[in-house]
Amino acid sequence: MADLTQTAARTETLRPRAPRIRWATVFDHAILIAGAALMIVPLLVMLQMTTIPDAQVMQHGPSLELGDRFWANLRKALFESMSFSGETTGLTMFRNSMILGLGFALGKIAVAMMAAYGIVYFRLRFATFAFWLIFTTLLLPLEVRIVPSYEITQKLGLLNSWTGLIVPLIASATATFFFRQFFMSVPEELVEAARIDGAGPVRFFIDILVPLSRTMIAAMFIIMFVFGWNQYLWPTMVSTEEGKVTLVQGIKQITQSLEGNHIPEYGRSNVLALLAVLPPVLVVLFFQRWFVKGLTESDK
Amino acid sequence: MSRVTLDAVRKVYPNGFEAVKPCSFRIEDGEFLVLVGPSGCGKSTLLRMIAGLEDITTGDLSIGDRVVNHVDPADRDIAMVFQNYALYPHMTVRGNIGYGLKNRRTPRAQIDAKVDEAARMLNLVDYLDRKPAQLSGGQRQRVAMGRAIVRDPALFLFDEPLSNLDAKLRNQMRIEIKALQRRLGVTSIYVTHDQVEAMTMADRIVVLNGGVIEQIGTPAQIYHSPASTFVASFMGAPPMNLMTAEVADHGLHLGDGAPVIAAPNGYRGPVTMGIRPEDVRVGTGAAQFDVTLVEELGAHRLLHGALAGQPFTAHVLKDVAITPGTHAVDLPAGALTLFHPETGARL
Repeated sequence: MADLTQTAARTETLRPRAPRIRWATVFDHAILIAGAALMIVPLLVMLQMTTIPDAQVMQHGPSLELGDRFWANLRKALFESMSFSGETTGLTMFRNSMILGLGFALGKIAVAMMAAYGIVYFRLRFATFAFWLIFTTLLLPLEVRIVPSYEITQKLGLLNSWTGLIVPLIASATATFFFRQFFMSVPEELVEAARIDGAGPVRFFIDILVPLSRTMIAAMFIIMFVFGWNQYLWPTMVSTEEGKVTLVQGIKQITQSLEGNHIPEYGRSNVLALLAVLPPVLVVLFFQRWFVKGLTESDK
Repeated sequence: MSRVTLDAVRKVYPNGFEAVKPCSFRIEDGEFLVLVGPSGCGKSTLLRMIAGLEDITTGDLSIGDRVVNHVDPADRDIAMVFQNYALYPHMTVRGNIGYGLKNRRTPRAQIDAKVDEAARMLNLVDYLDRKPAQLSGGQRQRVAMGRAIVRDPALFLFDEPLSNLDAKLRNQMRIEIKALQRRLGVTSIYVTHDQVEAMTMADRIVVLNGGVIEQIGTPAQIYHSPASTFVASFMGAPPMNLMTAEVADHGLHLGDGAPVIAAPNGYRGPVTMGIRPEDVRVGTGAAQFDVTLVEELGAHRLLHGALAGQPFTAHVLKDVAITPGTHAVDLPAGALTLFHPETGARL
């Protein structure tokens, strides 16, 4: 009898019911979707402006009309030079930005990891002091120290060189801090096991610490790549060569150089702007997968 | 041969704390030595000094005929199994086991052969391509063992390797480790705070307390003739009953009660008297034991209560039915151990 009533109760719960709408979830999604739409509108406007003739932008202002100029603008942006020397095409600027982004990301990660390794794993006399010294440089961003930084770079004869563009900014307190925190969470026993397994300091770093840090490296790569890609002030100061102009600088140059009697090349500069947005977005998308994967299966 | 000799080995930390007072003993070739003691007794420090992970403050440590005080851990010809396994999480089981060999520039084919052999020995063949995160606790423990045996070292060091496993697995791994050590015949030093592990696995036990060696001996010696009240109470579950007593000319008193047994020869005066719970004979005898609690353990029962006003535990087999109340007990003279009441040393 008891069994019978139980089965009856169970079938009742199994009976298909109209799916209940959870209003809280709907509300959350509504907010998120609204936010996402708001963020993407400027991008869509940019995209729209690349498809219509430049003059139309001047005449009518913003519109929703789609023209046929996209491919022409793309070709112009990518392959046509915008300077006397003929070196500043979209492709070269893209390459230059890429060199800066990768240079900053890889350089900063390498330097910061080694600095953190030294601070955490070696018995240095003033390790903590050194760390806090590095940490306080967070209070001195590039804009504050740009004049002395420029002067040093200039005296070292590094103006107009990739070295001068990348190396003076390669130290990163943020990355050093994050790697330090991560290394301190790596169990002591791993170091000891590696020592007994005959791994010296260099082997331990390369074989154990670097692979263990890969999620942290991915996170730092996102931040530092975007940082390098978006650099404007420093390249403008250090490099005057047209062959080293980056995308971010290039966009500015188009609107600048075409003022006056000319109609600004809105289509072309907007294609460049889209081009400038693309790599950081791809980097985030690609490394985000790693990032989440590393966080969920973490077993240190 | 891989004999290990400690000669007045001592450890003082930079803050002045003397973790290990000068210790001297020798571990024979092929012997399984267990260092046991409560937490903070210096047993792990001692092991880590032997491993080379801690500096030796004074004294000499030799492995074989070589003094290794200043030899790098990698060059001491040792292998160590850690409490938390310390597996490299990003390497497969194969990578983990072979890493030590790889660092020693062993040819690839030879590494593979040795790893396969170790994996066969430890039933890990099916797991060689997995990462540590995909293994159970017992399997991880086996990988840690594999990493040790694959190098064919002169000395195994175990730092509480079973304390992260559940009780059932622990019993099983205990037997496996012991059997493996027998088979390989490698000198081993094993640190534990678990006296059952110490008793079951050791050829010889070193009992440590507060950085001092209390006793060195075979499990039977440690159990049956403890050198001090500390050893008596630390080894054995339940521990030895320790009671304040007095030896007079006409016999041994417990508290104010009548003499329990005839006075042993020699010592007169206050003593700490020890008797193992299983040596107590319940049902006959002159002493009165107030049983307040009976612990039913299946194969036997533990009786807790008071004898002459002092806490007391007795052990009876399952066919002896005892209910709480007062029972006559006999303390056989041959089973008593007498200790100095202040120093705790055996008389």
